[in-house]
Amino acid sequence: MQMMILLAWRNIWRNKRRTAITISSIFFAVLFSIFMLALQNGSWGRMIDNALSSYFGYGQIHKKGYYDDPGINTLMEYTSDWKGKSKNIEHLKDFVPRLESFAMASYGNQTKGVMINGIDPKKENALTKLSGKITEGKYLELNDTAVMIAEGLASQLKIGVGDTIVFISQGYHGVNSAGKYTVKGLLHFGPPDLNKMMVYMPLPEAQQFFGCENLISTLIIDIDDRSNLPGIIKKLKSQVEPDLHEVIEWEQLVPNLLAAKQAKLNGVYIFMLILYTIISFGIFGTILMMIKERSYEFGILIGIGMKRKLLSMVVMLEIILLGMAGVFAGVIAAIPLVNYFRVNPIDMSHMEKGLDNMFDQYGFEPVLPTAFDISTFVSQAIIVFVICLLLATFAVWKIYHVKPVESMKN
Amino acid sequence: MTVIETKGITKVYNPKKVPVHALRGVDLTIRKGEFTAIVGPSGSGKTTLLNIIGGLDQASSGVVIVDGVDITRISDNKLIDFRKEKIGFVFQAYNLIPVLTAAENVEFIMLLQGISKDKRQKRVVELLKSVGIEDQADKRPSKLSGGQQQRVAVARALASKPSFVLADEPTANLDSKSTAQLLDIMAKLNQEEGMTFIFSTHDQRVIDRARRVVTLEDGMIISDVTR
Ligand SMILES: Nc1ncnc2c1ncn2[C@@H]1O[C@H](COP(=O)(O)OP(=O)(O)OP(=O)(O)O)[C@@H](O)[C@H]1O
Ligand SMILES: [Mg+2]
Repeated sequence: MQMMILLAWRNIWRNKRRTAITISSIFFAVLFSIFMLALQNGSWGRMIDNALSSYFGYGQIHKKGYYDDPGINTLMEYTSDWKGKSKNIEHLKDFVPRLESFAMASYGNQTKGVMINGIDPKKENALTKLSGKITEGKYLELNDTAVMIAEGLASQLKIGVGDTIVFISQGYHGVNSAGKYTVKGLLHFGPPDLNKMMVYMPLPEAQQFFGCENLISTLIIDIDDRSNLPGIIKKLKSQVEPDLHEVIEWEQLVPNLLAAKQAKLNGVYIFMLILYTIISFGIFGTILMMIKERSYEFGILIGIGMKRKLLSMVVMLEIILLGMAGVFAGVIAAIPLVNYFRVNPIDMSHMEKGLDNMFDQYGFEPVLPTAFDISTFVSQAIIVFVICLLLATFAVWKIYHVKPVESMKN
Repeated sequence: MTVIETKGITKVYNPKKVPVHALRGVDLTIRKGEFTAIVGPSGSGKTTLLNIIGGLDQASSGVVIVDGVDITRISDNKLIDFRKEKIGFVFQAYNLIPVLTAAENVEFIMLLQGISKDKRQKRVVELLKSVGIEDQADKRPSKLSGGQQQRVAVARALASKPSFVLADEPTANLDSKSTAQLLDIMAKLNQEEGMTFIFSTHDQRVIDRARRVVTLEDGMIISDVTR
């Protein structure tokens, strides 16, 4: 055993150039694969956060049945109970109420279909930073009798701040609703369809408009971090009355986002597979080099009486030591790298104008941060190390096929 | 006592394509304590014969009995053990493991045999002394001359206490002074310890030192002279 380690160790130092090439190819393999995966996970995390925090939230509570068939008749009561509940659950910051329904809006001789969001302006702003979308005018107060409307809608109706807009709709249980409101502010939304239809109204005013005192359609959960979501959802599900309420997670609320994530991840896996293949060729090359360099010596060793198994173990040990050195160095180097780009995301806004627009349309910040997950480091370290081991079996195979007489001929 | 006995060994290379009959029925008996040279022109089959006797290569037909065991019938793995225990090898050149020192190279085979550390180290010192390079013990092969390397190889071959030592042209890459030194050492070990040596050579000065000379030609023994 001692001799095996000694032989392996000396062999590693024997050809320093080859050792350096092997270790550095493993090093870059680990570094690169960790970085790529961290970047993918990080940018996806950021996109999901952006998309969800701009409107849907990470989860919603409705009256049971609303998710399958949303409508103004499927509303839940907004009682002060909810405040107590939100305080009981760790990582849950608040419940943000909304009354969402459709209406016709008109100004002058223009008429458009719109979506009215009755909101608690303070809570809504804490969740979606809605006030940041204001391009003209002012943000709502809870007791205002005014609305904020999307820019695109305003230009279609040819209406401006200070003008009066009229809404007509069908309210709760078929009552007719109509009302006049001053436009207090204009909002900019990236996604064009939102920009053409969003209207925000203080919740009490919206409840009056739709004829549904104390009722809301949606209670959005505002949480501190996405990683805590599963626990929060579990607790919520155990606390709400299952006959009355439903708890819906973002994956269900925005299935497109999930599908897009999955599609993107499949792409990433293919990319990683290509990366691993390149890595494998690199490492394989150095193993081939080693076998070629040492085939004469293998012949001598087996010739004088060293068992193939023992020789294989020495060579395997060498490759394991090199693999560990490379993987370890790669992980160590990846830590500051990944952390740097987590804190200072790659900024895409200097890129082409088109790209910037694309990010805006989908409501994303034009940055690609990395995600610092231990699992990324561990998984990539293991994968690259296993690749080393698999490739090392080729050396073993070769050793089992050495014919001393032939290897010693040259 | 008979150490090696071959009966009718033949060796055909490339039997399917262009067959080369390297050995055509070799009967050879080697007794303990011999100092025998296998000679003959290039291509006569010397290397082939030594490889078959040493269990490094397989005969196409015939029997090779070493210490009473027919080695043509044992598995690769057992044959490796057999070589380790019974045969000392000295090859033409580059015999030594480059990453081990002279002393470690000699010790290595005893490690494979599972001999205890004390015994190993005692024997390494003895052997290096008997081949006259005890002062080079801690040098790696690349720091030794060709002649010194071959002497380490002889020490290694003896370390395992084999039945006999096979040496295929051990002096081929040596100058005449190193050749003479190596032969002196081999002859001394043969006389003092009774070690059996079988070596092939082209070199007349080496042939002159042998006590028995077996001459091969075209894969057959054409003369066998003991002096
Ligand atoms: N692996 C091989 N494949 C085919 N033919 C071979 C092989 N090895 C040896 N031979 C042939 O077998 C014959 C005997 O070769 P061998 O090497 O035993 O001769 P030798 O007496 O050792 O020659 P030399 O003095 O040149 O070392 C030669 O004709 C050689 O070309
Ligand atoms: Mg030869």
